[in-house]
Amino acid sequence: MAAAKKGRRSSGSQGYPGRALAVILIALVAMTGGMFLSGDTTPRLGIDLAGGVSITLTAKPNQGSAVTKANMNTAVNIISNRVNGLGVSEAEVQTEGSKNIIVNIPKGTNAEQAQKQVGTTAQLFFRQVLAVDNGVPAATPTPTPSGSATPSGTPSGTPSSTPTGTATPKSTATPTGSATSTVQNRPVSGALASGVNKAPTPLPTTPPATDPNATNPSTSSGDLSVPADLQAKFTALDCSNDKQRNAITDGSAQDKGKKVIACGQEGGIWQKYVLGPSLIDGKRVSGANAAFDTQQGNGWVVNLNFDSSGAGQFTKVTGDLSSQAEPNNRFAIDLDGVVQSAPSVHSALTGGSAQISGGFKQNEAEDLANVLKYGSLPLAFEPSETTTVSAALGGEQLRGGLIAGAVGLALVVAYMFAYYRGLSFVAIASLMTSAALTYTIMCLLGRAIGFALNLPAVAGAIVAIGITADSFIVFFERIRDELREGRSLQPAVARGWPRARRTILVSDFVSFLAAAVLYVVTVGKVRGFAFTLGLTTVLDVAVVFLFTMPLMTILARRKFFAQGHKWSGLDPKSLGVKAPLRRVRRTHSTETKEA
Amino acid sequence: MSKLGTLGHRLHRGEVSYDFVGKRKLWYGVSILITLAAIIGLAVNGLKLGIEFSGGAVFTTPKTSVSVSQAQDKISGDTAGHHATIQKLGTGGLRIQVSDIDTATSKQVQQKISADLNIPSKDINAEIVGPSWGKEISKKALQGLIIFLVLVVIYLAIAFEWRMAVAALVALLHDITITTGVYAIVGFEVSPGTVIGLLTILGYSLYDTVVVFDGLKEATRGITKQNQKTFSDVANRSLNGTLVRSINTTVVALLPVAALLFIGGGILGAGVLNDIALALFVGLTAGAYSSIFIATPIVADLKEREPQMQALRKRVLAKRASDAQKAKEAEARGEDPEAADDDADPQDGEEATASAAAGVVAPRGQGAARSSRTQPGSRGRGGRSRPSGKRR
Repeated sequence: MAAAKKGRRSSGSQGYPGRALAVILIALVAMTGGMFLSGDTTPRLGIDLAGGVSITLTAKPNQGSAVTKANMNTAVNIISNRVNGLGVSEAEVQTEGSKNIIVNIPKGTNAEQAQKQVGTTAQLFFRQVLAVDNGVPAATPTPTPSGSATPSGTPSGTPSSTPTGTATPKSTATPTGSATSTVQNRPVSGALASGVNKAPTPLPTTPPATDPNATNPSTSSGDLSVPADLQAKFTALDCSNDKQRNAITDGSAQDKGKKVIACGQEGGIWQKYVLGPSLIDGKRVSGANAAFDTQQGNGWVVNLNFDSSGAGQFTKVTGDLSSQAEPNNRFAIDLDGVVQSAPSVHSALTGGSAQISGGFKQNEAEDLANVLKYGSLPLAFEPSETTTVSAALGGEQLRGGLIAGAVGLALVVAYMFAYYRGLSFVAIASLMTSAALTYTIMCLLGRAIGFALNLPAVAGAIVAIGITADSFIVFFERIRDELREGRSLQPAVARGWPRARRTILVSDFVSFLAAAVLYVVTVGKVRGFAFTLGLTTVLDVAVVFLFTMPLMTILARRKFFAQGHKWSGLDPKSLGVKAPLRRVRRTHSTETKEA
Repeated sequence: MSKLGTLGHRLHRGEVSYDFVGKRKLWYGVSILITLAAIIGLAVNGLKLGIEFSGGAVFTTPKTSVSVSQAQDKISGDTAGHHATIQKLGTGGLRIQVSDIDTATSKQVQQKISADLNIPSKDINAEIVGPSWGKEISKKALQGLIIFLVLVVIYLAIAFEWRMAVAALVALLHDITITTGVYAIVGFEVSPGTVIGLLTILGYSLYDTVVVFDGLKEATRGITKQNQKTFSDVANRSLNGTLVRSINTTVVALLPVAALLFIGGGILGAGVLNDIALALFVGLTAGAYSSIFIATPIVADLKEREPQMQALRKRVLAKRASDAQKAKEAEARGEDPEAADDDADPQDGEEATASAAAGVVAPRGQGAARSSRTQPGSRGRGGRSRPSGKRR
C-alpha cells in the first residue's frame, strides 16, 4: 500500500528534518517561479465567479436524424464531454428551446477553438476510395506523373491474397503508383503514404468501366462502379472552392450508406475522391489520442483504437482492400465529409488501431482526438451566436464571501493560538504552506489542463482547512500525551510521530479513495470536485510529512519548546504532567500479575 | 491555559469523562428523532431542484444600464418562487435564468421582469432551457458513489474490521440524511454546489469516523488479556481520550464555514454562498457528532455480541463482584479498603486510567510495555489483533 512507501520516506525526513524542509521549500519556490513565468498568477475562475463566453449552437436538420429531444440530449452530453472531458474546466452545456444548445465556457478560454470543438459533428466513416483526382480541375487536367511515380502499368492482379480465395483478377488495369511507400505492420500511414503517392491516379475513363461483373465479389466493399450522376458531379467538383466544398459536406450529401464525393488535402494540395459506402462506422472507435509520429515523420497524428467488433471489421476490410488495385486499395478516413487521409493498404491490418495523419498541427491533432474520443454528434450544428457573459455570482456576493472567509481564517488562527500557544506557529505555518501550494498548483493547472475554480471548489477548499488542520492537531495531541507520560520533548516528538502518522495516512486514504473513484467514474462537475479533493488530500499528506514533522523536530531542539515555556503550548504544568514514573511502574507490575 | 487545556489532561487522566457508550440509548434516540424529522421534512417539502437539474426559462433583455445586482433586487419575488441567476451579456443585455418553470409561467414572469426592469415585454426574449447537469451526470455520480462506498467498506473491513465498516456507514447515512433534510426544510434550491457540498460532507464524515476508529482500534488491542474492563469501557475511555482532538478539529473546520454562513450570508447577504455554507455547517456538525455518539457506540454494541467479548464481560463483572465482596469483607474487618482494592475499580484513579487511555491519547510508557508483553498471546484471539496493526 502507499502507506508503506510514505512511511519509509518519512523516516528519512525524521532523520534529516532540514532536508525535507528544503525539498518542500524548493518545490514551493519552483512552482511559484513557474507561476510567475507563465504569467498565470491567479487561478482561472469558473463562470459563476468570473463569467465567460457563451456560444449558442443551432441544430441543422440532418439526413436521417430529426431534431428530437433525445438527439438534443445526446448532443448535450457529447459536447459537455468534449469541453469538459477532465471535469475541471467548469464549462456548462444546456439545451435552449427546441433546437439550440448553449455552451458556457469560463473566461480565458480560446473561444474560437472552443467553438470549433463543440460545433464539430465528428461523423467518422472509413470508406473505400473508388476514384481520385486532382482537386483543382482547371489547373492541369491530368498532369503527367513525374519521377518514380510513373504508372507502371502492371495489372494489379494479385489474386492469392484475398481471404475468401475467389481470385478474380480485376479487369481494370489500373496503374499502380510504384512509389507507394506504406510501411507494413504500421497501422496505417496516412498522409505521407498518399502524399508520396502524389501521382494523381487517372480516373477510369469510362465511368462504368468497372462494371458490376468486374468487381471483386469477395470484398465487402462491393461494387466499385461510379454512377453517372455522381461522376458528373465529381468531374465538375472544384475542391479549392469553399462553396462547392461546403455543398458536398452538408447534411444529405454525406449518407453513410451511399457512394459520395468528397474533398481532402494531401500535402497541402486539394484532392477529390469518389468514395464507396461506409465500411466501418466511427462509432466503433473506442479511443483516440494525439501523438507525434517520429518514426514515419508524419508529424502530429491521431491514433484510433477500435472496439472489438470494429477491430474485426478493420482487419477484414483492410484485408479485402489490400488485394485490390490502386486506387481501390486505398481507404479514406472521412470526417464530416472531408477526407482526412486516404492511405493505401498492402496487407490486412490487425491489432484494432488506425492512424489519421493529415499534416496536423499539435492543437489540431489534440482537438480531433478529443472530438473523436467522445463520439459524433447525432446532429449537425452551426454556431449562431457567441457572446460574453458576466459572473452569475455578483461582485458584492463574492466580496462578501471572501471577507467572511478571511474572518473565518482569522478565527481559526486565534483559536489555534489560544489553545496551542507556541505550537500554533507550527500549525499556522503548515496551513500557510499548504495554502500556498494549493494556490500555485491551481494557477498552474489553469493553463495545463483548463482547471477552473468555481464556488463549490472554494467551499471544498474551506473544508480542506479543517482536514489539513486535523493532521496537525492529531500530531500535537500525540506529542502532548507523550509529554504527559513524563517524556521530554524530543523523544515525545519521535514517539508521537509514528502513531500520528498512521492515523493521518489511514484517514487520508479514505478521502483519497473517494477522490480517485469519483474521478474515474464520474463526469462533469463531480469530476472537478473529485480532482480538488484528491489534490488537497495529497497536499495534506505532503505538508505533514515534509513540513510539519521536520519543523516540529527542529523546534523540539529549541529551548523555548523543549523546556516547556509557558507560551510554548507544551508547558508541563498546564499539561498536567506529574512525575509519573513510580506510579506507572507500580500499576504495571500489578497488572501483569493479573493478566 | 484555557479551560479546554486543563480539560485535555483531565480527560487524559480520566478525572473527567462522559459515558458516551453507556448513554448510547439516549443518543441513538436523539439521532433517530433528528433523522426522522429530516425524512419527514424531505417527504413533505421535497427538494427544490435548481435550473441545472430541472431546466427552466431564460430571458434575454436588450442592452440595458441595469446592473446585475440591481436586477437581482428588482426582480426578486417576481420569479414564481424560484431562484434567478442573472448574468450580463457581452451585448450589454441581461440573461436571466429562472429554474423549473413552464411556458405558461414563463409568460407571466416575462411580464413581471419587463415591468421591473422597465423594458418592453416584446424586447425580452424568452426560451425554455434544458438542464446543464443532465441525467447522465447524476447517474454517473451515483454510480461512482456506490462503487466508492463498496470499496470503503472493504477497506475499513480490512484495515479495521467489518463492525467498524458497518458503523461508519450508518454514521455516514445519518449525516447525509440530516443534511438533505435540512435542505428540504429550509427550502433552499439544490444546485451543483449543494450536491458537491454533500459529497464534501460525505468525505469529511468518513474521515472523522476513521480518525476516531483508529484510536479505538489502538485502545482495544489486547483487550481480552485483562479482566478489568469490558469493550464498552475501553471504547468509552478511547472516546474521551480523543475528545480534545475531536473538539479542536471540529472547531477549526467549523469556524470558516460558520463565518461564511453567519457573516457572509447574514450580514453581507451572499445568497448562493449561504446554500453551500449551510449544507457544510450542518454536515460537518453532524459528521463530528456521529463519529462520537453514533459510530463508536454501534461498534461497542456489535462487539459486545461477540462470544469473546461476552466472556470478557462475564469475567469483568465477576471480578468486580468479588472485589466488591472482598472490599466489604475487608471493611467489616476494619481494614482500609483502598489497599485491597487498588487496581480493581475501573473508575478509580490513575492505574485504571493509564491502562485504558487510548486513541490519540496513548499511554506510551506503560501501555507499550504492557502490550509488548501481552501481544503474542492476544494474536491468536479473534480477528482484532491483526498483523496489519503494527506497533512502531
